[in-house]
Amino acid sequence: MNDKLSQLYQQVLLDHNKTPRNYRVLDPADFESLGYNPLCGDKYKVFVNIDENDIVTDISFVGDGCAISKASASMMTTFVKGRHIDEIEKLFHQFHDMAQGKLDPEKDPNDLGRLKIFYGVRNLPARVKCATLCWHTLHAAVKGKEKVTTE
Amino acid sequence: MAESNVSLKEAASVEAAGTIDIDRCRDDFPVLRREVHGKPLAFLDNAASSQMPEQVIRAYTEYHSRNHANVHRGVHLLSQEATEAMEGARETLRELINARSSKEIIFTSGATDAINLVMQSWGRTNVGEGDEILISTMEHHSNIVPWRMLCDEKGAVLKVIPVSDDGILDMEAFASMITDRTRLVGIVHVSNTLGTINPVAGITRIAHDHGVPVLVDGAQAVSHMKVDVQQIGCDFFVTSGHKMYGPTGIGILYGKQEMLEKMPPWRGGGDMILSVSFDEVLYNDLPYKFEAGTPNISGAIGMGKAAEYIKAVGYDAIHNKEQELLRYATGQLQSIEGLRIIGTAPEKSSVVSFVIDGIHPHDIGTILDLEGVAVRTGHHCTQPLMERLGLVATTRASMAMYNRREEIDQLVAALRKTIEMFR
Repeated sequence: MNDKLSQLYQQVLLDHNKTPRNYRVLDPADFESLGYNPLCGDKYKVFVNIDENDIVTDISFVGDGCAISKASASMMTTFVKGRHIDEIEKLFHQFHDMAQGKLDPEKDPNDLGRLKIFYGVRNLPARVKCATLCWHTLHAAVKGKEKVTTE
Repeated sequence: MAESNVSLKEAASVEAAGTIDIDRCRDDFPVLRREVHGKPLAFLDNAASSQMPEQVIRAYTEYHSRNHANVHRGVHLLSQEATEAMEGARETLRELINARSSKEIIFTSGATDAINLVMQSWGRTNVGEGDEILISTMEHHSNIVPWRMLCDEKGAVLKVIPVSDDGILDMEAFASMITDRTRLVGIVHVSNTLGTINPVAGITRIAHDHGVPVLVDGAQAVSHMKVDVQQIGCDFFVTSGHKMYGPTGIGILYGKQEMLEKMPPWRGGGDMILSVSFDEVLYNDLPYKFEAGTPNISGAIGMGKAAEYIKAVGYDAIHNKEQELLRYATGQLQSIEGLRIIGTAPEKSSVVSFVIDGIHPHDIGTILDLEGVAVRTGHHCTQPLMERLGLVATTRASMAMYNRREEIDQLVAALRKTIEMFR
């Protein structure tokens, strides 16, 4: 199989696309944010609960888009649960740099762990935004830009 | 045929009337020889932009390497040659769409620019509060947004002719939607998303019965079929060079002379004037009244050469070839389980849009790309149409005269591989 193809569409990515984890509305949620890519129509909502120590206690997402965006959202939720928001902020920047090819997860220091499989998108400029959409959405959510109002 | 630097023999890949010598035709298009991601390129994204033959590329570069000068100004030889080449292109394009006069052919930066010209000049003069602009659900954004802008500015109403699930325009609804407030009908000749060919002559007749002028968006028509603006009867017709084997950044507005004469200029500057003082400006005659500033000279020359290329191959041959490819592609794609073709009107150009259960078009597009197949994925700048059809995106294969069955086979094989991967 084509190298770039097999690097990008790894089994784990395809699996997360097929059965996304934490795919539900979190109600009530402390924060939520809508991520939308008008170019391709990918649309996701990310919900986050954060405790008094700024630890993410729960996170979920819903929405629709391509396999890369959906798998990235699914893997992000499993990866950041239980982490401090400062740590998540760091991961956001690392992930972003990796997707753009500015950070080589095999050589440069990073904490991306299993998220390294998204390094493959750097070869496909049109798809970088697919992988990073959920991270931007989470970033906006924890920045408190769109605090959920519960009635 | 207009004078040309390229001999007809070179340009023509015609074997006999109605057929194309495909090997010679492909030889004319240098890009078709390249590989992408280590695979032979199967270029099936012609509705987004078709490739340029060597003859067009040569005419384009010839201007820059031999005749580069401004037009309509200099008394020196280069300027005269540039002017002749550009005005020759205008005449070739006039002939291609059978306009009465080359005064009716305005060079623009493309079809979008041409529609904006009509909106700014004709629209802002003739549309007022409570008036109605009638367009269809299958319009490209370029024939929606300018009218939405005009309606917002004037307090006018944008009305939309419905389409069926198959992608066919509802002609009964259309006829009933024209009122005494309708000021313009804007209709796409060939849908870029569905391939549907609309009965633009019939639409024009009905609109004219009510005294309503018609703008036809022909961006997807001119590379596929003989367009005769007099036979259609429309008041405006727009198209783009790069969708008919010409360069980007160039297009034309055809307008009936009596319409264009009544319209005010929309951009001011050089070339569109007869005389200028600080108190008064006398505008130039058609077509220059609408061409302010130095035009895209090489683009115009290239577009003219593309029109010559099309004429040399012949619309009969192009039609036969493309319809054969359409039938083949439709049959092959239909044989794929879980694939649904979007747009099944009986009259179609060589466009096949489709969706596959459980696989997002962008993933399909990426995998096809890595297999050497270039297609378009997304909403194709027709978001309202996609919403009507209940879709976010489709994958679209669009064929040109130079495509081969083998490229359809390459597409189908890559799609089967994609489905296998996502199973």
